[in-house]
Amino acid sequence: MVISTEGLTFTFGHQQVVKSLSLNVPEGSIYGFLGPNGAGKTTTIKLLLNLLQMQEGSIRIFDKDLKSNRIEILSQIGSLIEQPAIYAHLSGKENLLNRALLLQVPAQRVDDMLKLVHLTDAAHKKAGQYSLGMKQRLGIALALLSDPKLLILDEPTNGLDPNGIIEVRELLIKLVTQHNKTVFISSHLLAEVERMATHVGIINYGELLFQGSIKDLEGLSQPLVQIETDNTVDAANFLTRNHFNITEVNDHHFFTPYTSKQQMGEINALLNKNGFTIYSINKQQKDLEKLFLDITQTV
Amino acid sequence: MGFWSAVLLPLLLCLLLFIGFFNKSDQLTQLPGIMLWMRFAGAILAVMGSLLLPMLIIFIAYSVNSIEHKADTWKTLFSLPISKLSVYAAKYFYAFFLVFLCLALFVVFTLGFGNLLSVLKPSLKFSEYNIANTLSHLYFKLFLSSLGILSIQFLLSLLFRDFLKPMGIGFICTITGVILASNNWTYAYLFPYSHPMMALKALQQGKEAHQGTMPQMTVDMFTKDTWVSLAVAVAVFIIGYFIVLKKSVK
Repeated sequence: MVISTEGLTFTFGHQQVVKSLSLNVPEGSIYGFLGPNGAGKTTTIKLLLNLLQMQEGSIRIFDKDLKSNRIEILSQIGSLIEQPAIYAHLSGKENLLNRALLLQVPAQRVDDMLKLVHLTDAAHKKAGQYSLGMKQRLGIALALLSDPKLLILDEPTNGLDPNGIIEVRELLIKLVTQHNKTVFISSHLLAEVERMATHVGIINYGELLFQGSIKDLEGLSQPLVQIETDNTVDAANFLTRNHFNITEVNDHHFFTPYTSKQQMGEINALLNKNGFTIYSINKQQKDLEKLFLDITQTV
Repeated sequence: MGFWSAVLLPLLLCLLLFIGFFNKSDQLTQLPGIMLWMRFAGAILAVMGSLLLPMLIIFIAYSVNSIEHKADTWKTLFSLPISKLSVYAAKYFYAFFLVFLCLALFVVFTLGFGNLLSVLKPSLKFSEYNIANTLSHLYFKLFLSSLGILSIQFLLSLLFRDFLKPMGIGFICTITGVILASNNWTYAYLFPYSHPMMALKALQQGKEAHQGTMPQMTVDMFTKDTWVSLAVAVAVFIIGYFIVLKKSVK
């Protein structure tokens, strides 16, 4: 495990922001840390970077205790927290050079990073005049500068346009698959995480509601049978009378939990026999967006 | 910003005084060299000791820290593989260096413009007396006695994001310090913001003691107040480090 926490708890005043969190981030994974705004994601990340003093629980990164190996651990982490921290009066390149000096990284790497995040053309422009997306990309370049083994990114695609989002996603996937990095990325957008994450943790009100591989998460979602007929409401009522459980009815479709292929055939035959015209009947995976809402709302 | 203020302030002040002396040179020709230097250097020192130096320190301490507050880079600095002591000490010693630079430039510019005056207006008897030694001693004492304020203001600027809090506290303390020192309050030497003014008083007392004889100015480098200033500087620096160590970065 690259990151493993146990019973991590953090309280601001009287409010428990993080509750007994046990994260497990395997090596070589893209770990999507999901949760709505204010769920405790940034607090957790700040704890992982030792920016907040740990109150309860333990954090181990690279199998070492964070508290007693702070500098050694931090030297292998690149991070981007909330809005990128950039000196507005310096150019993008100067920002990187300044950090390279602090981290004793060869200056050549600065140009490589600028190229990587497509800022070479804007390298000499004042970072204060950058667009939000450019700032975000510069922030990612800063995080990658020391070639860290673990990247901790807090909402890195905030403010990026669709192209930028795709670029960041591809970059992260490349880093993990080709360069053996581990990425811990927080987001409130499931769709974004779904496209790249190998592992997911879902947090709400400071509590970890789900943790596992993306397949486990998909497994959680119960498939449904989606049926479209000439008379949705009557068909739904008819099936209810025949002891089918109808979960949802809308203008065009109605849904019933999927159990087997035979069951789908039965429904089909039953409706046909009783004069309903079936336009379509198919198995549907509950999408993760819905699942995410279910998980975060029911608890 | 802090750097340029540390350079421009002595330059502008000395230049201004130079122009003033240049225009009024007719009235100053009777003065002996030592008095001329006293007038020239004293004009700056009087403002410096009472108000300008504490305000400059408040500003320098603020500017060194505000650059990180503004760019929101504290969280980044403290998540780099650099010990917290290095980050804190590097910031502090840069402010320390700026104050030193500024005071050193005051010495250089005062001497430079004084000598320039004596070249341009040979009637002024600047060359009669060599003040370089006394002046550099005096400014060094001023530097030492300002370190207490520097540590306090540095810590305030580090902790508070806005300018008003460190500025307001610093300003009130400076005024209090001036009042205490100018009223010769017995315990003024315990109050860091009184120290720059007391440092200057040390010179005046020295001057009076030598009245009548051959004019000779000496600077008593380590008086009680200077020691207190140094002790406060070291103590607050160490306390500040522990605050930084325990502090959560928002």
